Amino acid sequence: MARPKVVESIKEAARREADLPQSHVARFGPESPLKLDCGISLSPYQVAYKTYGTLNADKSNAVLVTHALTGDQHVANEHPVTGKPGWWETMVGPGLPIDTTRYFVICSNVLGGCMGTTGPSSMNSATGRPWGVDFPLVTIPDIVRAQAALIDHLGIDQLFAVIGGSMGGMQVLEWAASYPDKVFAAMPIATAAKHSAQNIAFHEVGRQAVMADPEWHGGRYLEHNAVPRKGLAVARMAAHITYLSEAALQRKFGRELQDRERPTFTFDADFQVESYLRHQGSSFVERFDANSYLYVTRAMDYYDLAADHGGVLANAFKGTKTRFCVMGFTSDWLFPTSDSRAIVHALNAAAANVSFVEIESDKGHDAFLLDEPEFFATARGFLAGAGKARGLPEAEG
Amino acid sequence: MVSPRMVREGAPMRAEFAPVVETARPDHLLMAEMIQRGARVLDVGCGDGQLLRLLVSRKNVDGRGIELSQSGVNNSVAHGLSVIQGDADKDLDQYPDDAFDYVILSQTLQATRHPRAVMENLLRIGRRAVVSVPNFGHWRMRMQLLALGRMPVTKTLPETWYDTQNIHLCTIRDFVDLCDEVGAHIERAVALDVSGRPVGLRLPWWFWNLFGAQAVFLLSRG
Repeated sequence: MARPKVVESIKEAARREADLPQSHVARFGPESPLKLDCGISLSPYQVAYKTYGTLNADKSNAVLVTHALTGDQHVANEHPVTGKPGWWETMVGPGLPIDTTRYFVICSNVLGGCMGTTGPSSMNSATGRPWGVDFPLVTIPDIVRAQAALIDHLGIDQLFAVIGGSMGGMQVLEWAASYPDKVFAAMPIATAAKHSAQNIAFHEVGRQAVMADPEWHGGRYLEHNAVPRKGLAVARMAAHITYLSEAALQRKFGRELQDRERPTFTFDADFQVESYLRHQGSSFVERFDANSYLYVTRAMDYYDLAADHGGVLANAFKGTKTRFCVMGFTSDWLFPTSDSRAIVHALNAAAANVSFVEIESDKGHDAFLLDEPEFFATARGFLAGAGKARGLPEAEG
Repeated sequence: MVSPRMVREGAPMRAEFAPVVETARPDHLLMAEMIQRGARVLDVGCGDGQLLRLLVSRKNVDGRGIELSQSGVNNSVAHGLSVIQGDADKDLDQYPDDAFDYVILSQTLQATRHPRAVMENLLRIGRRAVVSVPNFGHWRMRMQLLALGRMPVTKTLPETWYDTQNIHLCTIRDFVDLCDEVGAHIERAVALDVSGRPVGLRLPWWFWNLFGAQAVFLLSRG
């Protein structure tokens, strides 16, 4: 079995990226602790981030891209662990909707993540061991607070736009609610202002799978030189189904068999869809930390923006000057467009400047990461309109 | 359940930002004239955003739109307008009082399920409302009904009775009555003939009701 070798390579790559990532790092010492919602002050901590494009002289063209649950700061460059292209190379780059020749694009790894921002796989300087499950529970507002510290550190007073899908969209909403003066335009995509019971339920299945794996070692697997591979892979497989749609699964796989003429009458991966999910699971554990998966899913579960504003979502956006473009995809059942509508209703009730576009797609939740021309055209149009209002030079051509 | 469609005849989908001046419809120009520069405007049933673009370019308004058809919304947003997908019957309730200086309802009232409630909402959300309605009292309509005994089909209302989304058609006089009922004060009213030219300004209502193909009203709370 090649397993020890794999553990070794994960250990190397993950350990390296967790503390010394191949990206910029902003370090915050004891003088600037991060006050977390759970009551703990986190210090020291660091935020790993990538930038693309150039900040203009009056620092008015900065765009913060916020990543989803298993994303990271490597939006538009080769991933340092997997060698794969950036996760949003359809959206971010020269001439693309988030045009890096016009905007200074920033993306940071979330707090609790495993790609260089402080999280459970980072070294706890107080103990000299990885944090593991001693790491405090973090929330979406905590994640945004760490990003705000980074933006301050970069000397940027106002972001031209904050853009993100899924959990990234939750961060966009949180930015707009908590730092309204720092967000000129906001684009929350395929997201919700609160995590639904169904979504919490799926996350719980994932977490229980990780924790049921004996290799999890009560969350101290790094010190045991182990990885809860099976648990994390199952968590990913279950979650991955929720990112697709029945139509997309049917179109991609149907009941096709994997490299065989007939069923084997075993529990081997006879069907292509099984093989695909197994591959998704096993490749995920190569790059993602199991504890990070627990922490970041928990952050999403806890998110309820209205609850933080007296139970009325509109109050979160009272008096906002931010321009919003809310987008959802018709076949997304993880964050259905009714969730987008709830955000839009609240923004209307706050008399905010809001656009709402529902994109016809059968690709499910993942549509925001895929080639959807109408989605790109909308993003482009919205950003062009906002850019004009902000006084940014218009795009050439 | 059939939900009312916001039909904007004569406003075909445009693939790109068309120069506003050449394409402006006479009723749009008239509405633009009624709206103050720099105002906050909500266009309910904004189609592909043609009127909003005119208002932004001519009157520098802070414009928003609601449109039922998804293609109209997407096209508007792709052109930098702030538009949401929504319905005059269902989605006006969410807006707070006095959110806008003007709320526009152009050629849409007759397609709503509850015109009276929509009118009340317009006057609640906006300090003023600009409403245009097709006139079912136009002589051509009357002629068709009288002479042929059939539901009228005209240039202004080109659909047959079984295809039309216009479930609450009215005459100019009917609309004036509704304004009374919802306590709307008519600040200005202009009837337009079939080609979009104003019908003599100082003529009485009955004349407008016979010769106006549509009428545009500037309303405020009475």
